[in-house]
Amino acid sequence: MLQKIKNSNFVQDFLKYRYLLSEIIRRNIKVQYRDSVLGIFWTFLQPLLSTLVLVAVFSNIFHNRTEYYPIYVLCGRLLYDFYSQATKRGMRSITTAAGVIKKVYVPKYIYPLGNTLSCFVTFLISLLVLVAFMIYFIIFKGMSLTPYVLLAIVPVLILYILSFGVGMILATMSVFFKDIEYLYEVFCMLLFYMTPVFYSVETLNISNSFIKMGLMANPLYSIVNLFRFCIIGTGTWNWGWFFYSFGFAIVTVIIGGLLFRAKEDKFILHI
Amino acid sequence: MSEPVIKVENVSILFNLNKEKVDNLKEYVIKVLKRKIHFTEFWALNDVSFTVNKGERLGVLGFNGAGKSTLLKTVAGVLKPTKGSVEVQGVIAPMIELGAGFDSNYTGKENIYLYGATMGYSKKYIEERYDEIVAFSELEKFMDVPIKNYSSGMRARLGFSIATAVEPEVLILDEVLSVGDARFRAKSEKKIVDMFDKGITVLFVSHNTDQVRRICNKAIIIDKGKVIANGDVNEVCDIYDKLVSEGKK
Repeated sequence: MLQKIKNSNFVQDFLKYRYLLSEIIRRNIKVQYRDSVLGIFWTFLQPLLSTLVLVAVFSNIFHNRTEYYPIYVLCGRLLYDFYSQATKRGMRSITTAAGVIKKVYVPKYIYPLGNTLSCFVTFLISLLVLVAFMIYFIIFKGMSLTPYVLLAIVPVLILYILSFGVGMILATMSVFFKDIEYLYEVFCMLLFYMTPVFYSVETLNISNSFIKMGLMANPLYSIVNLFRFCIIGTGTWNWGWFFYSFGFAIVTVIIGGLLFRAKEDKFILHI
Repeated sequence: MSEPVIKVENVSILFNLNKEKVDNLKEYVIKVLKRKIHFTEFWALNDVSFTVNKGERLGVLGFNGAGKSTLLKTVAGVLKPTKGSVEVQGVIAPMIELGAGFDSNYTGKENIYLYGATMGYSKKYIEERYDEIVAFSELEKFMDVPIKNYSSGMRARLGFSIATAVEPEVLILDEVLSVGDARFRAKSEKKIVDMFDKGITVLFVSHNTDQVRRICNKAIIIDKGKVIANGDVNEVCDIYDKLVSEGKK
């Protein structure tokens, strides 16, 4: 039986290299925390501190209009952090694996997949901060859980699909254009302000409907709000948000996959 | 016996050589607007065909820039041919640059697993061979030390030990028989010769015709992307030696 390298099979490759995928995920998490004195504790400290600052600064402006404001901010912050870290790691996944890709045949999609997945694992760990906050608010502030809390995994998975898609697009582009990294850094900063992390679009009283539509077109708007609904439990499950963000994520992952597949054979000539 | 293991058919590889390497979006946009993007076509390999049968050891000779490394990378599946096809039967162990898949923050032990994973082996398979790898590399004491504290010789020894711990059908050697000190070099050459006895197929790149005569039984010469000689190792090495001495004149 002659094995054709030319038409390597996606499923066969995945089965053969699934141990590599788990090694990449484990290595990223280990290396990230090994040299830090605070270790895994850093995962909790980072969102906690930034949430404290945001709450301290903005609570006077938004507090009266938003229920459980610290939880509101923390939800937004955690999801936004995951998105920006996963896409940035995904973007750098090919260029940092250049040494391996140039020497050995490895299915290249393993790298953006492994790097975004390792961010996903760290994100899941950091959710413990949210759990701690929720327990405090349930006991002392009379917040109540709804069965929807079980659905919180849905917006989280949609966000992962979106991040993986964006990660593949950025990984491909950054192989050919090194300055994509800096441009994306700027984009992420703008995205932070365009995502309702510490404010809510509804209570801002934006009169210009174009601006309002623009803010709502951001898929993170729908994802973050769905997640908050599941955690805090006020309002209703908005199917519009669900279909919009899910559709957006699927289209992104398809575009990312096609772009990546079309260009992956050229990576080695540019890294 | 004459079952083809490596089949390279009419392989050509085209590189676009750009006079000024544009690797950022800003310059690219400016140059496209000014219509200043020019590519020079360069065929690194041009219609290369050969087959290697099971158990044969093929030496690849050629001057610098002749396309030897490009050829090895194509056979290893790293580069895809622009035209033509490459077929390889069985497990390939590319030893093009030892230790390419190491993570310098990882310890020796962790790197054995990572490197094995990069080569497509399962965790169980690596576990079974772990002791053998450590014993061959003679780095027992350093398994819990991060690789960044290893010397280059230690890294190469570890890389060699992992790459040869498997039982590949095809071994690709790119001038790697110069690993570590003289004693380890002798040991690694012996290990490779042992693998020959098991009927392994080898692709060996070198400038050194003595080494090629010692290791291989067939050889090809590549020059400017084309195969200019193909046949028995001694005949081809004689041609190559003649080319070298002509070049000196």
